[in-house]
Amino acid sequence: MTVDWNLFLDSLWPITQGALKGTIPLSLISFVIGLAIALLMALMRLSGNAVISFIARAYISAIRGTPLLVQLFVIFYGLPSIGVTLNPWPSAVIAFSLNVGGYAAEVIRAAILSVPKGQWEAGYTIGMSRTLTLRRLILPQAARVAVPPLSNTFISLVKDTSLASVVLVTEAFRKAQEIAAFSQEFMLIYIEAALIYWVICLVLSMGQTRLERRFDRYVAR
Amino acid sequence: MSHASNSPEATVLLKATGLQKSFGDHEVLTSIDLQIGKGQVLALIGPSGSGKTTVLRCLNGLEIPDGGEVAFDKGPTVSFTSKTTQRQAQVLRSQSAMVFQNYNLFPHMTVLENVIEGPVRVQKRKRAEAIAEAESLLARVGLAEKRDQYPHQLSGGQQQRVGIVRALALKPSLLLFDEPTSALDPELVGDVLRVIKELADEGWTMVLVTHELAFAREVADEIVFMDQGVVVERGHPDVVLRAPQNERTQQFVHRLLNPF
Repeated sequence: MTVDWNLFLDSLWPITQGALKGTIPLSLISFVIGLAIALLMALMRLSGNAVISFIARAYISAIRGTPLLVQLFVIFYGLPSIGVTLNPWPSAVIAFSLNVGGYAAEVIRAAILSVPKGQWEAGYTIGMSRTLTLRRLILPQAARVAVPPLSNTFISLVKDTSLASVVLVTEAFRKAQEIAAFSQEFMLIYIEAALIYWVICLVLSMGQTRLERRFDRYVAR
Repeated sequence: MSHASNSPEATVLLKATGLQKSFGDHEVLTSIDLQIGKGQVLALIGPSGSGKTTVLRCLNGLEIPDGGEVAFDKGPTVSFTSKTTQRQAQVLRSQSAMVFQNYNLFPHMTVLENVIEGPVRVQKRKRAEAIAEAESLLARVGLAEKRDQYPHQLSGGQQQRVGIVRALALKPSLLLFDEPTSALDPELVGDVLRVIKELADEGWTMVLVTHELAFAREVADEIVFMDQGVVVERGHPDVVLRAPQNERTQQFVHRLLNPF
């Protein structure tokens, strides 16, 4: 088998473009919204109220118990039959955000619980409310604990966005599919796409290391 | 060791009456009454499990008693039931500040940030003003040059002095100390006790839970000895620690002074 290097080089930019215009913004937007959902769900689970806690638990269970591809299909192909028609992009953002929300909720909950009870008490004794203590003292300390598992979630998300190709979002993998169908060089093009995902994830891993180092400045080594 | 405000007529700062608390079937506090005069130092002593720390934590509502009342003179009063929430107890904390056994400094903030957090975020004081005050308080306890370090870079004794400064920066009317030297290496205890002694001499009102009987005798105006959730004996340190009337107090004091 000979490698068609010209095709490889020619398709590098189109697939990268797909990553820049599709994969990366889709991942970033979904992750930010997903984190907000996750924080809300984590706090709901931790609240003393049984009903609120149950709602959060049901949500997390549903997200984790169903395939992401099915969730995408429900939103993009299912919702129109009850009169809600969404474009590919918003469908994908909604599906991925909800998905991240379910997975990251447990990470954030565990991170909050890892902060010693004495930190809450210290906050209360300097006159802080529960909300202020959470915001100023607990979440910053929980963030340190949450960086490695949330980085995992984010890296998984970047790769999962390739599923958006089936709901017609133009991202890296869809670009690759188009080029492969046209050139019939399936092996070459799909490996090329895989390499581009790998590079993105390598950059993210480096970012994770830097973030961890920043948080480590206040803990004993 | 006699403080200016040592006289029995000193105005009452805080009155706690009928504090009662159970965990399940276990009654940890049985109707505790305390009264603290302005400028007075009250030391709570007793064996572990006697309820002394629980009493201290009821005074700022960290622990919610099942019954009883905590009343500040010219300040908030909270009548507790088992349904009282942390939010309702929060008013008590505008009056007091607490120093913890394990310091509980904020590990993600520098020494200076630890100290100004309450004044700036809660009391809404001007940042520059809070920093100036924090710096002079830190200088007082010999930690001026540590202002930009993180807690983990300090020794236990230094951390506890920062804990004390963090409490002082709030300008509370009452200081609560929960076994402030119990987690320290023996050679570091003196530095912390010296600071507490100075504060007592300056007329700060404080309640101190401690195992350091010699220190309690030195600084306290009143000693309250507790055992199994009740106040067994209370009075002037010279009486309670030197000539205790109650048998349980006698045993406890004897054991602490003669450990072998």
